[in-house]
Amino acid sequence: MIYDFFFKLTGSNFLADVIQSLLPLFIFILPFALFAVLFERKVSAHMQDRLGPMRVGYHGILQTIADILKLIQKEDIIPTLADKPLFNIAPVLVFAGSYAAFAAIPFSSAFIGSNIDLGVIFIIAASGFVVAGILMAGWSSNNKYSLLGAMRSAAQIISYEIPTVLVVLSIIMITGTTNLLTLSEMQTGHFWNWMIFGGPQMGLAKFIFIPIMIINFVIIYISTLAEVNRTPFDIPEAESELVSGYHTEYSGMKFAMFFLSEYANMFAVSAIVTALFLGGYQSPVGYLGNLFGAHWLIPIEQFFWFTAKGIFFVFVQMWLRWTLPRLRVDQLMALCWKYLIPIAFVNLLIIGLITVL
Amino acid sequence: MKEYFKNAWSGLFTVFIGMKITFKHLFVPAVTIQYPDERLQLPERERNRLYVNMDDCIGCDQCARACPVDCITIETVKGVPGEDVGKTSNGKRKALWVTKFDIDFAKCCYCQLCVFPCPTECIYMTDVFEFSELKRENLIYDFATLSLQEREEKKINYAKFEAEKAAEKAAVKAAPVNKPVDNQELPKP
Ligand code: SF4
Ligand code: SF4
Repeated sequence: MIYDFFFKLTGSNFLADVIQSLLPLFIFILPFALFAVLFERKVSAHMQDRLGPMRVGYHGILQTIADILKLIQKEDIIPTLADKPLFNIAPVLVFAGSYAAFAAIPFSSAFIGSNIDLGVIFIIAASGFVVAGILMAGWSSNNKYSLLGAMRSAAQIISYEIPTVLVVLSIIMITGTTNLLTLSEMQTGHFWNWMIFGGPQMGLAKFIFIPIMIINFVIIYISTLAEVNRTPFDIPEAESELVSGYHTEYSGMKFAMFFLSEYANMFAVSAIVTALFLGGYQSPVGYLGNLFGAHWLIPIEQFFWFTAKGIFFVFVQMWLRWTLPRLRVDQLMALCWKYLIPIAFVNLLIIGLITVL
Repeated sequence: MKEYFKNAWSGLFTVFIGMKITFKHLFVPAVTIQYPDERLQLPERERNRLYVNMDDCIGCDQCARACPVDCITIETVKGVPGEDVGKTSNGKRKALWVTKFDIDFAKCCYCQLCVFPCPTECIYMTDVFEFSELKRENLIYDFATLSLQEREEKKINYAKFEAEKAAEKAAVKAAPVNKPVDNQELPKP
């Protein structure tokens, strides 16, 4: 484990803790956000037959860095009638919530922030924490658009938590564990051992599981998409109706924190989906490290596979964003309560029956 | 019940159709161009900023009179005899110094009406369309080629000439017997 490595390196528990907790931020979230912002702009541009940013660097690759430099220089504006303490805490809270989720994400067999037994539940709880920050931001801005956006966001995140948790429950019923590392280890071997293809067990049950798991996968993908407020579920931000939702009044670095946490969240939910259904960090075809007998290579390869899968799902999120129009509030609720939850319940029942038998 | 599953299926299915379309567009070459680097070919008879070729302008004021918004201001001074005002490109001698030729592009409506009456075809449309300014006064273009000093000089010259002539006339009037009136010394147009 990477913790032991740092412990040996520094010789102190505390330093090892600090380094390990900062690691995902600096080696992962920040570079990922830099990359994802540009990637999103490029994907959206090419989907609309445009070119996107082209000026800064070759084909605009330095655009995000230029944007960050601009954001840092911006004035930090606090509205006169805002509730200042809440207004200042909100972005930190939102970012903390989405960052906390990274603690339990298994990037590779050697690199997981904290190997807690309640991994999946922890991530769901931590991302639910974000709601508080969003509500705070909306309320303290003292602006009707912000408040409306925050209310919508709270309603949405709480409703869509239910199908997510139901699907996660069905996974727990099959595997009997909530530890993400164990979950990923169980799906080892080749891609037919992934949960989306019925999990590691063999026999008749596997073939019954396959269609159910694919449906479950679609459900959890839709509901996590809604939890991170991405289009078509971006009614909390809804720039054409609510200016920019709960972060309308924010500027400069505080705005950047909301932005960063949005992108961190995008990856976090993709990572959950990957870890639960697509084998986590497991390679679909086997490892080069095993082939050459170089075992130190395996964790690095695992990291590669995990990021590749995660980024693929981030790409799908962007793809959906530029494909679908925004849902109305009633449609949003109808989709959740009339389709996702009943179907998830039925799946849960079937899986329960099969595992009991 | 059947309706319900049909709805669910068609909802999912149509999303995939949409995604297929957007995915295809990911590989369609961009239809936009990188504007300041690449430019579109302008149409043949585009109307943009005017240009006046002062070598050919005879100062006849026809363009100013044709302009519907009066944005061309022309002032001319006659050349005094013996002075070479210059020739147009088709060899005609000019008679007037153009001491002021201002076009106010803030007023101009780019109707091109000033272009047609010009006898020497020296006022015409160019393909320049990027000439925004922060101050409106900067949009008044001065086309006259004479320097400010020269303009003053020409005016003074002509005023002097007029004054001399008037004095001469007065002298002739004072002594009408000796000299008959003759118009020889008026500048030839
Ligand atoms: S284009 Fe029209 S408005 Fe402009 S100067 Fe000529 S006559 Fe006047
Ligand atoms: S009509 Fe032509 S020649 Fe006459 S003043 Fe205008 S530009 Fe000069």
